Amino acid sequence: MSELAAPVVAAPIPSAAGGRVWWGPGIATLALLLSLPVLVVVGFLFVPSGEVWQHLADTVLADYVSNSLLLMAGVAVGTLIGGVGTAWLTSMCRFPGRGVFEWALLLPMAMPAYIIAYTYTGLLDFAGPVQTMLRAATGWVYGDYWFPQVRSLPGAAVMLALVLYPYVYLLARAAFLGQSLCVLDVSRTLGNGPWRTFFTVALPLARPAIVAGLSLALMETLADYGTVQYFGVATFTTGIFRTWFGLGSAPAAAQLSAVLLGFVLVLILVERLSRRRARYHHTSQREQAIQRFRLGGWRALGAFGFCLVPVLFGFVVPAGQLAWWAATIAHTAYDAAFFTLVQHTLALAAGTALLALLLALLLGYGRRLYPSLAVRASVRTAGLGYAVPGTVIAIGVLIPFAWLDHGIDAWMQATLGVSTGLLLSGTLVALVFAYLVRFLAVALQTVEAGLGKIRPSMDEAGRSLGYRPGEVLRRVHIPMLRGSLLTALLLVFVDVLKELPATLVLRPFNFNTLAVRAYELAADERLADCAPAALTIVLAGLLPVILLSRSITRSRDADTA
Amino acid sequence: MPTQLEVRDVTIAYGGRPVVAEVSFVLEQGAIGCLLGPSGCGKTTLLRAIAGFEPVSAGEIRLQGRRVSAPGETLAPERRRVGMVFQDFALFPHLSVERNIAFGLRGASRAERRARVAELLDLVGMKDAARRYPHQLSGGMQQRVALARAMAPRPEILLLDEPFSSMDTELREGLAREVRDLLKADGITAVLVTHDQLEAFAMADQIAVLGDGRVHQWGTGFGLYHEPANRFVADFIGQGVLLPGTVVDELRVKTELGRVAGAKPHGLATGQAVEVLIRPDDMLYDESSPRRASVVARAFRGAEYLYTLRLASGTQVLCLVPSHHQHALGDDIGVRLEAEHLVVFPVGADGSPTRV
Repeated sequence: MSELAAPVVAAPIPSAAGGRVWWGPGIATLALLLSLPVLVVVGFLFVPSGEVWQHLADTVLADYVSNSLLLMAGVAVGTLIGGVGTAWLTSMCRFPGRGVFEWALLLPMAMPAYIIAYTYTGLLDFAGPVQTMLRAATGWVYGDYWFPQVRSLPGAAVMLALVLYPYVYLLARAAFLGQSLCVLDVSRTLGNGPWRTFFTVALPLARPAIVAGLSLALMETLADYGTVQYFGVATFTTGIFRTWFGLGSAPAAAQLSAVLLGFVLVLILVERLSRRRARYHHTSQREQAIQRFRLGGWRALGAFGFCLVPVLFGFVVPAGQLAWWAATIAHTAYDAAFFTLVQHTLALAAGTALLALLLALLLGYGRRLYPSLAVRASVRTAGLGYAVPGTVIAIGVLIPFAWLDHGIDAWMQATLGVSTGLLLSGTLVALVFAYLVRFLAVALQTVEAGLGKIRPSMDEAGRSLGYRPGEVLRRVHIPMLRGSLLTALLLVFVDVLKELPATLVLRPFNFNTLAVRAYELAADERLADCAPAALTIVLAGLLPVILLSRSITRSRDADTA
Repeated sequence: MPTQLEVRDVTIAYGGRPVVAEVSFVLEQGAIGCLLGPSGCGKTTLLRAIAGFEPVSAGEIRLQGRRVSAPGETLAPERRRVGMVFQDFALFPHLSVERNIAFGLRGASRAERRARVAELLDLVGMKDAARRYPHQLSGGMQQRVALARAMAPRPEILLLDEPFSSMDTELREGLAREVRDLLKADGITAVLVTHDQLEAFAMADQIAVLGDGRVHQWGTGFGLYHEPANRFVADFIGQGVLLPGTVVDELRVKTELGRVAGAKPHGLATGQAVEVLIRPDDMLYDESSPRRASVVARAFRGAEYLYTLRLASGTQVLCLVPSHHQHALGDDIGVRLEAEHLVVFPVGADGSPTRV
């Protein structure tokens, strides 16, 4: 075997020669860039904004705080009852339809809150079909009867709870299944009935998971702009918009954003702590076949009804209403302008998704190859954007970009005598950057989960079989990661499609996305006209939900196999 | 026989702390060596250094006379022609069994590749599973695929990192013997890493006992068991107790159980206080013996009982007795000491070899 007498090379094992030198600083720079919006917003806490802030504090700040808190309280109650109840019923009980509800309960995730808000406004307003039918049936006229006002703070809480409860459902369900075998059986053998077992054993054990799910739902609540704006509820996000566009005060808008970030930070901490605790509460190693309590008669009917309500009102009714509207105007709505809009949106979402995937791969690999403390901290920082409301990111992007643009313009005028105008702000660069800040975490999580499944011994097996690191990447990692990469692409794609507030602020002049178009038409009270755009968003949003439900069904099949 | 692997004075250190210290051994072509030791003794680190995954801080490693590792120079693993079987098998989940096996056959023609894969499938008895994927295989089958994949490119040396640790204990010895037969049939030089001595005995020709990063003894299983070089090896390999005694002359030692004589001189001065290693199979049950011991505990082993016996002085020894002789706890039974290989350690000096 003398033909293989290869020369001895100097040694950087396990991979990439000399890479250590620039991976660390590279990743740190990227993380810094991605956290720039947050840093800017927080930085403004130290910039005096004078009378505008004083004005806000005297007039509306208390409203923002109390409305945001009331909204969160309402959403918390709704998502807890809906999420925990359905999770318990579908994971622990047997009743007709359980298997379908198990995945159907995720459907409302496809429905952005602002779209469900438009739909119910159209359905339940004075001129909507429900009140019209009521009047037709009873002969009442305006003023004869009381009907709940959808466009109100309680209305907004209901809308948000209807689409956000799946977060609680998902995490609670996983917790119930994880704890199923040992402890619940122990409780039953000690003489506790199902209800008692639920309240004394299952619920306390699942509490960390439930709290984690709840914090996610509340972060989304704080981030919501479309619903509260449409319903006229003054919260932080609408306040930031008003301060920025109405009062024209960047520092005050940034300071409001910073206060909002404070709320978010509390939720992040709660979520992190709960997840950590949830690990200790995970009592059995493996999900095992569960003996579900069989429900019969009125109990089965009750369980069926309880699970049906969120699916029906969170997805079926609004989606049906959108489809109906879209159908009634189909002959005019799907024109060239609409398809240009779809094209723009898809291109923007696809491009952002690809970029996010590339960055996520870079960060994920950096952490895998050189897991130094600085690199790990940087990767974690880069992934924090998911919790930051789009409105805040928009402000945090716009301020430094505008500053940079003015700087460049002034310099060019001074030295070359030409004006460059706005290079960054008001262009797609700013918009895509904002999307990356917000949604990179989604891609990163998926990629890291995929990478985690590739044990280091896989790399080494490839190396010992004669392949160089690059070849191992191509022949082992990429094929193994394919599923995760596609999932990451899809998730970011759909998130970009749905994003409203950051797009509203940062989009180039006359550049529209489906979400913005739906928003504009709804703002003009042309609810039926916004249906085609809204329906497209919902249909796209179904894709990740299908993915999720498939993984749920698959794990269930593995359970029973 | 030409030398296939030479490990000379190898030290491997992490952050200044040596994990493997000045280890040397030589493996001839076709031989199966084993690095045996408790967890954390550095055996896996040494194996990974041979594979090229860890650099050495001192000493050198040669494969077929070619230097592959020395301080500051490490030939990349893909250029060493080593095959490795990993503890978790590391089968590629996206490839079928045959494509896993063919993975390392780069540069071969399609026909050659197909022939080699068929040969190996046959060798490991996996012909029927060629099209299946790793997750459809049992642990034992995955293990055989991993072995076939590592053997396929005809490596100069095959490295096995605790290959049986995920198997049921009852299966391990059988599998180890099976793998040994496969390697011997192909004349492959191999190094096995394990903490299980039965596995090592079943598979290896030569065994290095490692403790704290050092080789305490290099020899055959028989030699390690019957002629341990120091207390660490005596303690780690097999069962046994150390019985106090005094040197009588160059062959004999006096103990509570009478005089015992070895076949070779032990080299200690007359009158020196020593400890004698007594294996359970050195203690014979003999009802006619005047020396009595009482049964303290017993463990049924199928063919025999392993008794723990208390001698008159209170010292406890172990004794293997065919299982058709049953004794109750507390019984006094007759015993006789018959050690063919006398292993004595001078008292006070810890671990120094007394005979080689």
